[in-house]
Amino acid sequence: MSVDQKVDGGRRQLLLVTSAAGGVAAAAAAVPFVASLTPSERAKAAGAPVEVDISKLQPGQMMTVEWRGKPVWIINRTKEMLESLKKTEGEVSDPKSDKPMQPAYAQNETRSIKPEILVAVGICTHLGCSPSDKFKTGADSGVAPDWAGGFLCPCHGSTFDMAGRVYKSKPAPDNLEIPPHKYLSDAKIIIGEDGKA
Amino acid sequence: MTTKSQAVLDWIDERFPLTSTIKGHLTEYYAPKNFNFWYFFGSLALLVLVIQIVTGIFLVMHYKPDASLNAAGVPVAFASVEYIMRDVPGGWLIRYMHSTGASAFFIVVYLHMFRGLIYGSYRKPRELIWIFGTLIFLALMAEAFMGYLLPWGQMSFWGAQVIVNLFSAIPVIGPDLSVVIRGDFVVSDATLNRFFSFHVIAVPLILIGLVAAHIVALHEVGSNNPDGVEIKKKKGADGHPLDGIPFHPYYTVKDIVGVVGFLIVFSLIVFFAPEGGGYFLEFNNFIPADPLKTPPHIAPVWYFTPFYSILRAVTYPLFGIDAKFWGVVAMGAAVVIIAFLPWLDRSPVKSIRYKGGLYKAILAVFIVSFFILGYLGVLPPTPGRTIVSQICSVIYFGFFLLMPWYSKIDKCKPVPDRVTG
Repeated sequence: MSVDQKVDGGRRQLLLVTSAAGGVAAAAAAVPFVASLTPSERAKAAGAPVEVDISKLQPGQMMTVEWRGKPVWIINRTKEMLESLKKTEGEVSDPKSDKPMQPAYAQNETRSIKPEILVAVGICTHLGCSPSDKFKTGADSGVAPDWAGGFLCPCHGSTFDMAGRVYKSKPAPDNLEIPPHKYLSDAKIIIGEDGKA
Repeated sequence: MTTKSQAVLDWIDERFPLTSTIKGHLTEYYAPKNFNFWYFFGSLALLVLVIQIVTGIFLVMHYKPDASLNAAGVPVAFASVEYIMRDVPGGWLIRYMHSTGASAFFIVVYLHMFRGLIYGSYRKPRELIWIFGTLIFLALMAEAFMGYLLPWGQMSFWGAQVIVNLFSAIPVIGPDLSVVIRGDFVVSDATLNRFFSFHVIAVPLILIGLVAAHIVALHEVGSNNPDGVEIKKKKGADGHPLDGIPFHPYYTVKDIVGVVGFLIVFSLIVFFAPEGGGYFLEFNNFIPADPLKTPPHIAPVWYFTPFYSILRAVTYPLFGIDAKFWGVVAMGAAVVIIAFLPWLDRSPVKSIRYKGGLYKAILAVFIVSFFILGYLGVLPPTPGRTIVSQICSVIYFGFFLLMPWYSKIDKCKPVPDRVTG
């Protein structure tokens, strides 16, 4: 093609239009490939949020539900238990929950949305054992004479207070994880979905 | 050459550029005559790439990317690696060659990059070679990271868990992005299978393409050398550089010496210390992956540790975004910044041979802090270590970001016209 040949505007336009159409088609063809990277229906079903009815959970009681293969505790804390959190503040390693072990809406003194209801993953942050509840206070608890109530991991002796905050100088490095959760109503929590509601 | 074979060659050459390609890249590719041992590592990297591809092909014949538990309660993927090690004839050797090859790859690539750094091989007109090289380094990191998940041991699982979770620190898209990377809400069978696919198909294809681009760009402009002098500036009557010698046979033969030396060391590791003291194959990875049990200390493999240290060194949240996110940014920037070297270095000379004391001192500090970062990356963090890694991270970035100034004021020596042997 000689240099001085004029550009045929009509053909150039046709080229642009067909290229654009081809580009759109290529982008559309990419959709199923990208979609295939997202969790499959089976994975979604296994990782689906869990709805829990907490209307029958009395103060001082605890229930465990399974979410994504992990035990999740729901504890209805009594006034005394909430009171104990002030006492333990100086004894735990991350009292203000600075480490990202909880969603932003649970980064408070009680590590919960509603002060009394604690939702936490019941897996020790040390080696993944499941701690046991030691809600009895004092020497009766068998943990320590001045025990304020909380959790004790039987594997390596990590202790957590009533907000799942780990005590200082224990093997576990972090507070218990607070999973994303939100209230559908006063009696219903959904675990695995974010939002304060 | 006999007339018959010449006729065959002619027949091919009329249809495919065989002779001209061999001439252009080997027998008439003129390389500077003063290459030293630092110039082994490019060809060695190519050798390790071949070792990884060949051993990889054979490993895939027996490996199964399956996270489900077999009848004995062991994940199928983990069991298939054990099967390769114990039941497949020669399987242990092929597997150890592949796992040692991963570490060897990074050793030769780090040395190759260091060679480029000290002799100014990234300077004009070799900027694109350097950029392709940085992309190769990135692809190699992705390849190694995804390959490490495949044995489905504890370190595989938790290492992937930690690294993929880093992406969730990206504001807005982060949590969804990490789900798309995993293909699930936790590291699972879906993650294992896509990492397998990337590790054996996608990333190797990209790597080979980048390596080809790296070499084509190199042969277009010609190699640098320890003096940082352009040999093309002084050509003889025959039109070839006066200080150049044909790559073949001179450097093919020289590189064979490097290959032999490398294979001796490589074999010693493969046969006598394939675990590399827990650095090449981490001990925790001989335990099958258990999503409910976190190992007490999760450390990446040694070649990632300098960058992992930089990631952990960032402990301050900024602009209301989590420190973890800025750690990820710093880690990414630490790799990407390497690509900008050609424009950061304003020194009048290329090679360290003619650079002044200032540059040499800064380079020494940089190397020391890079090693410290690497060492700290395998250790659990303590407040003291965090401060040290913060200082070293600042030095790491300072080396690059302050280069436009210190490389300019550095007192350089005069560069000779021709290479100095």
